[in-house]
Amino acid sequence: MENKGTRNLYMIPYALWIILFVIAPIFLVLYYSFFDIEGNFSLVNYKNFFTPVYLQMTLSSFWYAFLITAISLLVAYPTAYLLTRTKHKQLWLLLIIVPSWINLLLKAYAFIGIFGAYGAANNFLEWIGIGSRQLLFTDFSFVFVSVYIFIPFMILPIFNALDNLNPSLLYAAKDLGASGWTTFRRVIFPLTIDGVKSGIQVVFIPALSLFMLTRLIAGNRVITLGTAIEQHFLVTQDWGMGSTIAVFLILIMFLFMGLTGFRKRGA
Amino acid sequence: MKNLFRAFLVIVIVSIVLIVMINRLNASQGFSGGNTLTVYNWGDYIDEELISRFQEETGITIIYETFDSNEAMMTKIQQGGTSYDVAIPSEYMVEKMVEEDLLLELDHSLLPNMQHLDERFLDLAFDPGNRYSLPYFWGTVGIVFNPTLLPAGTEITSWNDLWNPEFENQILLIDGAREIMGMGLNSLGYSLNDTEPAHLQEALDKLKELTPNVKAIVGDENKLLMQNEEAAIAVGWSGDAADIMWENEDIDYVVPEEGSNLWFDNFVIPKTARNVEAAHQFINFMMDPEVAAQNTEYVSYSTPNKEALNYMPEDMVEDERFYPAPDLTERLEVYENLGQQNLAYYNELFLQFKMYRK
Repeated sequence: MENKGTRNLYMIPYALWIILFVIAPIFLVLYYSFFDIEGNFSLVNYKNFFTPVYLQMTLSSFWYAFLITAISLLVAYPTAYLLTRTKHKQLWLLLIIVPSWINLLLKAYAFIGIFGAYGAANNFLEWIGIGSRQLLFTDFSFVFVSVYIFIPFMILPIFNALDNLNPSLLYAAKDLGASGWTTFRRVIFPLTIDGVKSGIQVVFIPALSLFMLTRLIAGNRVITLGTAIEQHFLVTQDWGMGSTIAVFLILIMFLFMGLTGFRKRGA
Repeated sequence: MKNLFRAFLVIVIVSIVLIVMINRLNASQGFSGGNTLTVYNWGDYIDEELISRFQEETGITIIYETFDSNEAMMTKIQQGGTSYDVAIPSEYMVEKMVEEDLLLELDHSLLPNMQHLDERFLDLAFDPGNRYSLPYFWGTVGIVFNPTLLPAGTEITSWNDLWNPEFENQILLIDGAREIMGMGLNSLGYSLNDTEPAHLQEALDKLKELTPNVKAIVGDENKLLMQNEEAAIAVGWSGDAADIMWENEDIDYVVPEEGSNLWFDNFVIPKTARNVEAAHQFINFMMDPEVAAQNTEYVSYSTPNKEALNYMPEDMVEDERFYPAPDLTERLEVYENLGQQNLAYYNELFLQFKMYRK
């Protein structure tokens, strides 16, 4: 019943969406990046990007995004594995996803309370005898809250990959005398690597341009490229420089997508 | 696929219905030509009782809307969706809106109550001759501190006091390039409108030395953080200080003796205005000394209306934290529009300060 005409008709919303909200904005960002603050056409923004300030900022963005992704992965993989073993896995999965329905800012404000000098976290530290310490506005709290926010996005793809794993492969490995660790290293992990890759992409890329959390949780002690973009657009109104940073972020993301690409292993 | 198409169609129809409804609502509110006045002000920045009083006295219905940042306000006025008759931007935004040709000139003959305003706050650089704006409230940038949390024997009266090593990890700074760079410049005895690169570099170097004392650089959260005693000291606006002091009575505020910033929020009439006459009536009403006094008691910022001071409680008027003595007022400066180039440079240096680690 679906002839070519109607199929093309259905393509219209998708094509419109892609053109209006993906391609056009990228070109606009690219276009604005060639204008200096006075509105003249120039490459000065690109020159500015290669000054120590922005290079250092890029490095620190990378470092924090790396930390957030690595810790998320370390927590998410075993969690996802356990989830596939539980009886009501859909229910448990739902419980992990539900917090991501709550607005990010709301969660950030909640953490200001929890990590505060007289907050729940410090009360607990006091109670177990470690004594209270500064938690808010530290690298620790920034990474912790970011991991908390991103972790559902890491768990989901890994969970799906693990859930689709054919259990007879595991039995076969066992039959052939593989130890638990070897089974994991040689069978389970290679077969779920695609889930891990998409998890890393979904976490690393947004983590690179986090901005509200850097102020609310890290008190601007952590400066990422996202913070700089926000400042250039809202405060300085230097759209050119803001766009230039965005262009580099886009390039980095493409590069990253390429590296963790969707090539199937040994297909 | 058929279902998908149907869903798509439903969304389109609902959107159209909503657009029609919005237009209807707008028409019934602002465009109906009845005697209404749309006022656009900061949140919680007027005594609501005065709105009712104005409505009773004049028979004009006020539609009251609020904003939370100058930039957001300007964007909405530029879009022109709603016909705002009176708005209250800060001084740098007045200058910008004049540049963008968004404001109508005020007709001073319709504003006799102007005579009650203090001449010190009239005819300033951002609007010479008050052609477009009249001050609504004013305030300063200064230091909010909690004496119960300060190390014994320390006190704060100046910017330079903040560099005291005893305040390690105790200071919250406001996330604003002009405010913080201005603090650095003031602490060195320079003007906060200085654009000399050498002076700015010197200010940055001095600010970097403050880093060990800085706990965080935050926005509006500083109110919450100070009330909860997360930090002992915060650099911020006098208006926020009044709010914080209202919630936590231990807290005090000081305008640093080296000098600081003097800011204004001002009445303006945007180009979008439909009821220019009522707009003038409203501004004139708000400048009536008794009305201004009542409003100031409610809002608790500093009023530029010198006659209003006669109707206000003495302890409020004599509070030098909010009505600094004349010799200190002389050391306060209004931000000048330094131009995009310099503003970008300020921000660049501020960014460098933020990135500097202990």
